[in-house]
Amino acid sequence: MPKELLKGNIAMAEAAIRAGLEGYFGYPITPQTELLEWMSARMPELGRVFLQAESELAAINMVYGAACTGARVMTSSSSPGVSLMMEGLSYIAGTEIPVVLIDVMRGGPGLGNIAPAQSDYNQIVHGGGHGDYFPIVLAPSSVQEAIDLTVLAFDLAEKYRTIVVVLADGSIGQMMEPAELPPMKPLKTTRPEWATTGATNREKRVLSSIYLQPEQEEITNLRLLKRLEEIEANEIRYKSYYLEDAEFVVVGFGTAGRVALSAVRMARAEGLKVGLLRPITLNPFPIAQLRQITDQVKAFLVVEMNSGQMLLDVQRATMGQAPVEFYGRLGGVVPFPDEILAEIRRIATTNEYATNGFVRRNWLRRLETLVDGGE
Amino acid sequence: MQTEIIIAGFGGQGVLFAGQVLAYAAMDAGKEVTWIPSYGPEMRGGTANCTVIISDEEIGSPLVRHPRGVIALNLPSADKYERLVAPGGVLVGNQSLIDHPFSRTDITHVQVLANELAEQIGDRRLTNMVCLGALLALMPVIPLEAIEKALENHLPERHKRLLPANFQALQAGCEVALKNTMHAAETLKNQ
Amino acid sequence: MVGVVNSQVVFERPAAMSSVATHYCPGCTHGVAHRLVAEVLDEMGLVEKTVGVASVGCSVFAYNYFDCDFVEAAHGRAPAMATGVKRMLPDRVVFTYQGDGDLASIGMGEIVHAAARGENITVIFINNANYGMTGGQMAPTTLPGQKTTSSPAGRDVEQMGFPIRTAELLATLEGAGYVVRRSLHDPKNIRLAKKAVRLAFETQVRGLGFSMVELLSTCPTNWGINPVDSLQWVEDHMVPAFPLGDYKVADAVAQIRLR
Repeated sequence: MPKELLKGNIAMAEAAIRAGLEGYFGYPITPQTELLEWMSARMPELGRVFLQAESELAAINMVYGAACTGARVMTSSSSPGVSLMMEGLSYIAGTEIPVVLIDVMRGGPGLGNIAPAQSDYNQIVHGGGHGDYFPIVLAPSSVQEAIDLTVLAFDLAEKYRTIVVVLADGSIGQMMEPAELPPMKPLKTTRPEWATTGATNREKRVLSSIYLQPEQEEITNLRLLKRLEEIEANEIRYKSYYLEDAEFVVVGFGTAGRVALSAVRMARAEGLKVGLLRPITLNPFPIAQLRQITDQVKAFLVVEMNSGQMLLDVQRATMGQAPVEFYGRLGGVVPFPDEILAEIRRIATTNEYATNGFVRRNWLRRLETLVDGGE
Repeated sequence: MQTEIIIAGFGGQGVLFAGQVLAYAAMDAGKEVTWIPSYGPEMRGGTANCTVIISDEEIGSPLVRHPRGVIALNLPSADKYERLVAPGGVLVGNQSLIDHPFSRTDITHVQVLANELAEQIGDRRLTNMVCLGALLALMPVIPLEAIEKALENHLPERHKRLLPANFQALQAGCEVALKNTMHAAETLKNQ
Repeated sequence: MVGVVNSQVVFERPAAMSSVATHYCPGCTHGVAHRLVAEVLDEMGLVEKTVGVASVGCSVFAYNYFDCDFVEAAHGRAPAMATGVKRMLPDRVVFTYQGDGDLASIGMGEIVHAAARGENITVIFINNANYGMTGGQMAPTTLPGQKTTSSPAGRDVEQMGFPIRTAELLATLEGAGYVVRRSLHDPKNIRLAKKAVRLAFETQVRGLGFSMVELLSTCPTNWGINPVDSLQWVEDHMVPAFPLGDYKVADAVAQIRLR
């Protein structure tokens, strides 16, 4: 297929359709609404299910029911809407059925704004719903990657009977880039052996997240954990840039990752030995990959569009073997490359990194100066 | 090699579409390109802008603080972006809505009576194409023919009849910019 | 048994009911309601093509008692979950079984919109004027002055408002095909309830839109009244507050003639 100039939201919608999506249930919210609108036109045209729910609460529970039939189904939303979906996500996880969610993140907390942000990291990666569960989280940084990861999301969801979240942000959703869509996949013709489709010529099936006996619930939790281990062994994805001789490594995902790429190139042009590691799977997190380069690295710089939610995971991965610095912008502000370049310069030329353990506090002081300075 | 262009103006001036035409042309030329709008409430009647980045390699940040080129279709955009254009960059202003000359001396700038030119060609909605023609005259990141080709390929079918007028607007903007910019350069020298 | 000749089956478990003891309290009418649904599924030959949606409340384990496929919804979300199932499997029969806390309190949004969409599902709505599962707290259906564990002085309508008459409320919606209220307090009413359940499933099978049967039910344990007096209490107190009747019978549904 030739490349087309595609808007992220529409590209993800069409990619899902071509991946064999059978049912979509959603609720309008900026900055993901074009995704729902695209579905509203395309799905009925293809004889597939589209339904605009009365709320995100209803949407995720419609997806829950639809997924119980073994069909390929999904929903999409943005941060406040995803907060409302947390109940349903926990139930879906507890029932061990495949569901795909696309979260096009925006600024918060609360109503916040509609600008790009990454502050759903914690509620998605570490689970905003109750109980121990572990969705696979894929973080695209371009329209092409958003397409590819959306297609992958359905395969992974079914392979591991799990929730897969494509964690994008308003920038990815609203941006247009040349990208190639996959060919249209035929719809599935079979249903998995657990699906509740009516007990015709077979024993009845029940799908539920209830395990009244704690011992049974523990076994379920262990099963989820075992599956996570399998996912960790097979599904880690990341992209690295200029790591070979890097003495300083920037870590950032999604839009923050690609903004950091610009800064890293500028720093390289100045002769600074800087590289970039951009995690594509946030869960499973590329822990081993980070640990592996910890010896060669003088310091890491984590860049996010939140207050350091992934920072804690990078610290966990590097286990104190190298200083981990942080730079973030908040509330829907997207950092410019020159801000990150300034951080790289500071770290690389002054060796002024936080050895006192107050990484976030130090960053906050620097950011306050920047923001007070009329930013 | 990377070029960043911001197109800014009122909602309804064709700001986003002008950026898309540029992006289509860049894509058709085999370049890497990103187009990102300012989205949300400001789309509806307020100010709108989009950033187009054209590059030979994978594009990092889709936003830049100091773009190489700016089209300011109204006064607020002119006031906001004149100071942000990267040194050595290009600034095109829609003189029809801007009441004072640009003052930067480290960039190339020009003002075009785009509303009037568009109306002469036959449609006020061509203001954006006049200014795009002007920008490309001073900053030949994409040949004008490629823009015309992009319009041909990507203009919605129902607007295809407007193709000749669009071409004319691009040409007109280009010619006026070349003429006026030389004039502006002279003025600067004389200061 | 010795000496019995010409034995004849006069009463048996409906095939659609699983052969297990229920967890319901003695005297509770959940068992009656279950039986009516199971009998209708048997009569209409629907067991093999039905997916039930259990809710959160005393009927949380309903999936153990029916011999059809079942899914278990989050509290109040059964109509949304049923919508998801039905939209993916339009040729299957989908019903929810919900109590009053589930349907008329936490799930009021989902039930209203399912009805408004004319979602082609059947809802069995058990109204027993309190939250049974959690031990008898005030429900949206609790009567004025009725004592519960969370309205120990009786429901004060100045503070807590009046009971919600769900059937009447949903009947105003265009999408509702069949919305009625029946009671389970005596054999006559149980027979009428059975007919209503049948008509509700017939409505769905014919694609005539949303159907709901609200069933006035007892909760002897939490009411603190013995089972027989509970039945009387339904007749004396609940029926006046929640009048029995047909609140919405779409023209096409009224045409249905049961053999």
